[in-house]
Amino acid sequence: MSVTQTTQISPEVAADHGLTPEEYARIQKILGRDPNITELGIFSVMWSEHCSYKSSRVHLRRLPTQGKHVVQGPGENAGVVDIGDGLCAVFKMESHNHPSFVEPFQGAATGVGGILRDIFTMGARPIAVLDSLRFGPIVAEAGAGAANAEDIAQNRRIFDGVIRGISHYGNCFGVPTVGGEVVFDSSYSRNPLVNVLALGIARRDELFFAKARGVGNPVIYVGAKTGRDGIHGASLLASAEFNEQSQEKRPNVQVGDPFMEKLLLEACLEAMRTGAVLAIQDMGAAGLTSSSSEMASRGGMGIEIDLARVPQRETGITPYEIMLSESQERMLLIAERGREAEVLQVFEKWGLDAVEIGQVTADKKLRVLNRGVLEAEIAADAIAEQGPVYERPIAEPKARRGGELPLIEFSARSIFTENFRRLLASPTIASKEWIFGQYDYQVRTNTRVVPGGGDAAVVRIKGTRRALALSTDGNGRWCQLNPRLGAMHAVAEAARNVACSGAQPVAATNCLNFGNPEKPEVMWQFREAIDGIAEACRELEVPITGGNVSFYNETLGRAIAPTPILGVLGILEDAERALGMGFQQDGDAIVLLDAGQNPATAEELQRELSSSEYAKVIHGMESGQPPRLNLAEEKSLVNCLLALAREGLAASAHDVSDGGLAVTLAESGFVSEGLAAQVDLPTGAPFEAELFSERGARAVISARPDFVSRIAEIAAQYAVRAERIGRVTQGEFRIQLNGQMAIRGSSESLRRVWKEAIQQALQPE
Amino acid sequence: MKFGVVVFPGSNCDDDAYHAVGSVLGQPVELLWHKSEQISGCDAIILPGGFAFGDYLRTGALARFSPVMQAVERFARRGGLVLGICNGFQILLESGLLPGAMLRNQGLRFLCRQVHLRVETTDTPFTSSAREGQVLKMPIAHMAGNYFCDAPTLAELEENDQIILRYTAADGGTVDYSDPDANPNGSIAGIAGICNRERNVLGMMPHPERAIEAGLGSVDGLVILNSMVQSLMQHSTASA
Repeated sequence: MSVTQTTQISPEVAADHGLTPEEYARIQKILGRDPNITELGIFSVMWSEHCSYKSSRVHLRRLPTQGKHVVQGPGENAGVVDIGDGLCAVFKMESHNHPSFVEPFQGAATGVGGILRDIFTMGARPIAVLDSLRFGPIVAEAGAGAANAEDIAQNRRIFDGVIRGISHYGNCFGVPTVGGEVVFDSSYSRNPLVNVLALGIARRDELFFAKARGVGNPVIYVGAKTGRDGIHGASLLASAEFNEQSQEKRPNVQVGDPFMEKLLLEACLEAMRTGAVLAIQDMGAAGLTSSSSEMASRGGMGIEIDLARVPQRETGITPYEIMLSESQERMLLIAERGREAEVLQVFEKWGLDAVEIGQVTADKKLRVLNRGVLEAEIAADAIAEQGPVYERPIAEPKARRGGELPLIEFSARSIFTENFRRLLASPTIASKEWIFGQYDYQVRTNTRVVPGGGDAAVVRIKGTRRALALSTDGNGRWCQLNPRLGAMHAVAEAARNVACSGAQPVAATNCLNFGNPEKPEVMWQFREAIDGIAEACRELEVPITGGNVSFYNETLGRAIAPTPILGVLGILEDAERALGMGFQQDGDAIVLLDAGQNPATAEELQRELSSSEYAKVIHGMESGQPPRLNLAEEKSLVNCLLALAREGLAASAHDVSDGGLAVTLAESGFVSEGLAAQVDLPTGAPFEAELFSERGARAVISARPDFVSRIAEIAAQYAVRAERIGRVTQGEFRIQLNGQMAIRGSSESLRRVWKEAIQQALQPE
Repeated sequence: MKFGVVVFPGSNCDDDAYHAVGSVLGQPVELLWHKSEQISGCDAIILPGGFAFGDYLRTGALARFSPVMQAVERFARRGGLVLGICNGFQILLESGLLPGAMLRNQGLRFLCRQVHLRVETTDTPFTSSAREGQVLKMPIAHMAGNYFCDAPTLAELEENDQIILRYTAADGGTVDYSDPDANPNGSIAGIAGICNRERNVLGMMPHPERAIEAGLGSVDGLVILNSMVQSLMQHSTASA
């Protein structure tokens, strides 16, 4: 039987599918003939940037992926890490940026749904979700990049829609949303970032992989029916930049049904327990096309399917549409021939469609039939593995943003209370309680450290003494100024956050958000960021086990700040020892841990403060350089924090990051029961730099006063300075420098500013 | 003594209730599938939180027609203990085992946070081990927890001492029920939990099964669950 060929493919049709003339010629060469329209569709989605990683692949190879805990690195649906007791953590982060701009609610909701399926398709039950979100400003701000009123109104709508979408999907599905971070910056106006990290738990001997096995074994379609939604979501939506007509792409956004996903989860896990499931993959980006061709390719087999048997939502859907649909909540699995009834029975119990639509073959081809007509026949490897790989041109931007811009001039004043109050009201620094309060963060009753309660989210593992800690971090402003250093900071901060909770960082996942890879300057940012991540992950021993690249984050030709987000996973041996950031006890000592060996020069302080959140909020500046970073010092701090946690010496721990030391000290009070810091520390630096510099390798802990000497002993072993700078009180918040008052205020009034800023920003004017 | 936890398609706190009763209280417990027509052998039933049948149509509106609910209704009418938590409360309202209805939260947003509840009466099998006026801390997590009923029904609830739990301040003092900080979802008269006239069916929006271990933020949910265990033990002693 030969492949049906109804219309000739013109160069225009190929171009409309996002394929270059060279790529189209490659398709003709692979097939030895012209593709028909269905085949063209299959190639176009699988060779899209989103699915093929054609621009990033050569760079991603430089990331470290091996480590003693790693069971499965990149290449499967998610990364897998051994956490002891015969259990594995299965985790991965993915972006859903473009859909969330076009349709914020459904875009964010299906972003959550997609990554959850990646987790449970491996046999793991999802136990936590974190969201790393970036939006344009929701309040008027100072500075050159300030957004106009129209942008601000749109940013608020996107922000609200995304939060509601995440809340809708995660809450109904029954997975706690336990953390993440939210940053507001004009770089993300008209191009929000929605990166979702999901974590699941599986028994090590019960993991499932997406590799087809056994000639003649049935290929079974399960879950929701196929509709016309999401066609070309991966190619035309995710792999192109935005222009004025972007709203017309709304039909490319999928629509999610978390209830269906919950049924699919339970049915899949139950079906897996029968022992009759050999392989399984979710139908995410590129739907039936990717799941069938990737399972065949990974297993070195072929797959033949009959589209007439695919459950369909409406009549008249063409083979092209069925193959490209991105309808949500669907899975493709391969069962053991003779035992398919056991599998089908489980899906029937849960009220889900489950239909045998084809079988595994030996010829390594993806063969698609429809009512006796051969619609497509392509080597599975050609689609899944032999896509184009580009070494895109790279060019360092001539004018590096920030390079020639003026630096901050230190104020001669000594009192900074008013600036501090304004910093606390900045939505990036302010409390995210309004956001987290819309997420069910406690379902499954494992949440040891609630969102906002600590530097990392901590979930205990029932049936063991252990807990897992997770943190996501990334600083687009720093990466814009210096992508390599900025990316290293993202790794360092995520690891530091995990260590603050008392957990040993063991592995990482990443989500790399960049502009158009066809621009040499963007590729330069990408290459630099990859090298920074690789170096930091190697030094801090957190191998990358998976992740996702999101290019084309550009609207009207303007790219976002390069924003690599790192998610670091840590293991806590004793869940009871999990540390939050909040002060616990009036009278406790406050100790500043600092692993930095050399004091910064005045010029360094000036450069690093110019790139801080403080400089942006107070002075409207985004210049200078990210703080210098010494990975060995970061590692010392991590090890010191872990040693302190092991001995139970700290009552709270909070790293110094966004907003600097002043914000760190204040936040530990804000999340406590009415406690506040009163500190006095010696400094040789200008007060503004001491208070607001975001230099890393530092953390603030609180502890019983009689523990301080032991803390100092341990810190010394790790070459970390432990300086007792003050105490926890029920009185007002005070920071003195060299005995001179720098910030003071009623802790309750400061807390209100911090707590209510986001809600106030959204109030109708 | 055996607890039964009903599993509807879309229940997502079933495992948590099972864990609370089985692992924390150490009592026998069994999951009951929504299609089962029998719940024989169970001495108390928990309808757990979640989104039964996706909350399609209205919360609880489809779940009440599940075969298991016919059995639960018979069980309740015979005096069996039934605890509906969150979505379970919504199902009890739809099934008519409790009076009133549930509206969306007044702010039209999902709310997840710790709340304080005042025990209004200890004269129920669910609060018998509490002190009257005792303040319990436990979390809420819902989109539709804004309890509503008409004035005669409210008067009847008050008259018959059927209001078991109300939202309150940390010290148990009186609060203004129009203040979203105090009465987060806008429930009429600050109602967080009510029982039926016979006092053997309790519906509550807050989650006692999430407040059972110190590491999770509160152990006050044990007051509710332990009261049930004690009531069942007394009942079995009395009938022996």
